[in-house]
Amino acid sequence: MTKTEETQKKKDVLSTFFDELRRNSLTVTVLAILTGLLAGGLIAAVTTEGVYAAFRVSFFEGIKAGAMVFWNTYKALFTGSVGVPADIVSALRSGDAVAINKAFTPFFESLLQATPYIFAGLAVALGFRVGLFNIGAEGQIFVGALGTVWVATAFKGLPGIIHVPLALLGGAICGGIWGMIPGWLKAKTGAHEVINTIMMNYIAFRLSEYMLTGILRDPNKSTPISAPIEKSAWLPRFFDDPNRFHAGFFVALLMAFLVYWLLFRTSWGFELRTVGSNPNAARYAGMSIVRSTVLTMFLSGALAGMAGANEVLGVNHNLAVAFSSGYGFDSIALALLGNSHPLGVVLASLLFGFLRNGAIQMQLTAGIPIDIISVLQALILAFIAAPAIIRTMYRLKEPKAEGK
Amino acid sequence: MEPVLELRGITKRFPGVLANDHISLDLKQGEIHALLGENGAGKTTLMNILYGLYKPDEGEIFVKGKKLLVETPNDAIKAGVGMVHQHFMLIPVFTVTENVMLGDEYLTAGNFLDRKKAAARIREISQTYNLQVDPDAYVKDLPVGIQQRVEIIKLLFRNADILILDEPTAVLTPQEVDELFKIMKTLVSQGKSIILITHKLREVMEFAERTTVIRGGKVIGSAKQSETNQFELASMMVGRQIELNIEKKDPDVKEVVLDVKSLKVLDTHHQIAVQDVSFEVRSGEVLGIAGVQGNGQTELVRALTGLDHPVEGKIHLLGKDITHAPVKQITEIGTAHIPEDRQKDGLVLAYSIEDNLILNTWYKEPFAHNIVLQRKVILENADKLIANFDIRTPNAQTATSNLSGGNQQKVIVAREFSRPIKLLVASQPTRGLDVGSIEYIHRRIIEKRDDGCAVLLVSTELDEIMQLSDRIAVMYRGRILAIVDAKTTSRETIGLLMAGVTPEAH
Repeated sequence: MTKTEETQKKKDVLSTFFDELRRNSLTVTVLAILTGLLAGGLIAAVTTEGVYAAFRVSFFEGIKAGAMVFWNTYKALFTGSVGVPADIVSALRSGDAVAINKAFTPFFESLLQATPYIFAGLAVALGFRVGLFNIGAEGQIFVGALGTVWVATAFKGLPGIIHVPLALLGGAICGGIWGMIPGWLKAKTGAHEVINTIMMNYIAFRLSEYMLTGILRDPNKSTPISAPIEKSAWLPRFFDDPNRFHAGFFVALLMAFLVYWLLFRTSWGFELRTVGSNPNAARYAGMSIVRSTVLTMFLSGALAGMAGANEVLGVNHNLAVAFSSGYGFDSIALALLGNSHPLGVVLASLLFGFLRNGAIQMQLTAGIPIDIISVLQALILAFIAAPAIIRTMYRLKEPKAEGK
Repeated sequence: MEPVLELRGITKRFPGVLANDHISLDLKQGEIHALLGENGAGKTTLMNILYGLYKPDEGEIFVKGKKLLVETPNDAIKAGVGMVHQHFMLIPVFTVTENVMLGDEYLTAGNFLDRKKAAARIREISQTYNLQVDPDAYVKDLPVGIQQRVEIIKLLFRNADILILDEPTAVLTPQEVDELFKIMKTLVSQGKSIILITHKLREVMEFAERTTVIRGGKVIGSAKQSETNQFELASMMVGRQIELNIEKKDPDVKEVVLDVKSLKVLDTHHQIAVQDVSFEVRSGEVLGIAGVQGNGQTELVRALTGLDHPVEGKIHLLGKDITHAPVKQITEIGTAHIPEDRQKDGLVLAYSIEDNLILNTWYKEPFAHNIVLQRKVILENADKLIANFDIRTPNAQTATSNLSGGNQQKVIVAREFSRPIKLLVASQPTRGLDVGSIEYIHRRIIEKRDDGCAVLLVSTELDEIMQLSDRIAVMYRGRILAIVDAKTTSRETIGLLMAGVTPEAH
């Protein structure tokens, strides 16, 4: 090959690479997240009183102030979710166990925050794969928590190795039943699960209030909160305070693997996915739409129930009325972000967990309202749902379709 | 006289494929010119270039002797070129008038829509060209044949002189096809010129004055109606000699496989679709069910395959009562079903080919062992079937949506034939397929019949029924009017039966 031909070939390889990169839908996802984050910073800057005050002084001051807010937002988000790099380095250098623990706490706290998202995200994602919209994850979380707290407080003297799985199972079964009811209604009567799961949410909230002011209430307290759970039911922690990281994270990863295995490696999963992709073809193939619907809503509810169980057994060690702040609803966005695939859900949950944890810090140190995170999440989701926006912004191309 | 339309050296490249290779074509004034070719030959690309949807890489277009630069469909429309697509572009909830004037509205002084003026123009066009249609009717209430008229009126409304019709008869009943060609004759007598894109040989021979055959993006040849025949055209289309009439030996008929008695089936609106239908199909024979679409065949097939249940009557398969049996049981006894709508019922388009090949056997050994899918076995099975059935695809993991219609149908055929079957129910098995695929599937059906399978063939294509069947049952308004011997009964008699005319009733 001549020199010019060689350089031409190199250019072709490079341009093909970038061409592919520009076509890939993963690129869209990554860019959507980055763009959302950037937008979040801009919004933070634009909504800070101090920035406007600085603009009144001079344009340059205003830009400087805006840039400061922008920078502080991300710094706070980062240090809050991952930790302060300086502290981590010096702690490692000193070798002091207490200091190391403290320095890594933000990171582990992020993982902890991500855990309920994994459970709830799997629940919704599983539903989506079978063509079902489980908007009832929030209610299933509540009911699951009720079941868990009962098992965790009612049985005394059990060894931990039995009590923890039993309590998790209790949460899963209760959540599962809560999901199965709208599932059964959909299968038998065609009643749309979106409506029924939303209504079941309200029933769950009231049920939870009723039980926490009644039979589940801590006899020593007058507020609607359960008795503290038995020590044997605690999900084991690995580190000392303030690091609250517990085994629930690994349980969640295990469930992610099991959901993957079920959906993609078993004949049951083949049937479920077919029902979701093309119910007509599923019927033609002899599959049972009724059975698939009911089973999936049960499993979905069970997974959401485990999110509730996770909070009770791993984090709070009791159950109070408003213990779940919208995990069930965020998980819908999450499942979409993760493309309804267990791996995608885990990654998206980690993102949301880190953001949520970082946001708390962001509120404390940078004084930026925690709601910015909701805006951020919403923007990321909007960019994912309408990839055309990202494609236009970054001049990406449509993914290649095989020629017709 | 110079041609009204001339395409010279049109070339179009897509990444990896040369869709049009220096194609030259001319259309004479007042001519009906057929453009014949298999799916993927390049005829739709060529017409899309003419209509401004694509830009050619090379080549020129001349309309009435003047060179035309077509950048958008508007340029084509202004030059008098109009196209009726295979899949209509009509808005069901709009009236005929609204659909016709969409994009080219008549406006009154205050910028309001002038429906009256448009409706008057439509009535004028209807008169001139004998295209009867009610301008105030809603498109969703119109039968398909009338909807097509609306599409043609859209072109005439914009003063098109060159009309391109893309596979116009794909969705029509035989009567509607005759109506369409009467309309085409009228259009031509009024000075219009027509290009007919099709792959239906018989229609080309009957209605087109000249035919140009395209294969692999190139023009293979052009012939006048009087100078050619179906066999010649077919071999030009495919590149080899095609068996238009499958050789078949006499049937070796044995035991009764399917026994249907007094069947009554309701449709989705709870109206009677199948009424008092009885027949039997024996091993080694093909029973063809002929009839115009919409006379109960769809509901009959659904009842026989377990997708629906009859409200009266009995169905026995190999002696077992399957009247209310679930689909799985009917399949396991030994039934294969090639469904009428392959994309809706027969395939999951998002799935790979290997997954579609186990769509109804996914739970059985060796594909699943204790609920765990055996991926290696599934792949081996797929590779074997892809080779045996000549399915054109890069590999078994390709998404089925990427296959052509013919290959998608081959996936279904491969899957259904890969089981030991005693009854084959084939419903419209070659709908929308090219000549090569049709020949292939016909051959496999006859093979199965010779192997001792009982075949129930349901088709609206009378040619197909007559070629493949040993006995023919004609369905009309949900009943079977007659069951006749295929060899000794004439096409005319069957055509009359399809229209509801029984021999006794004249």
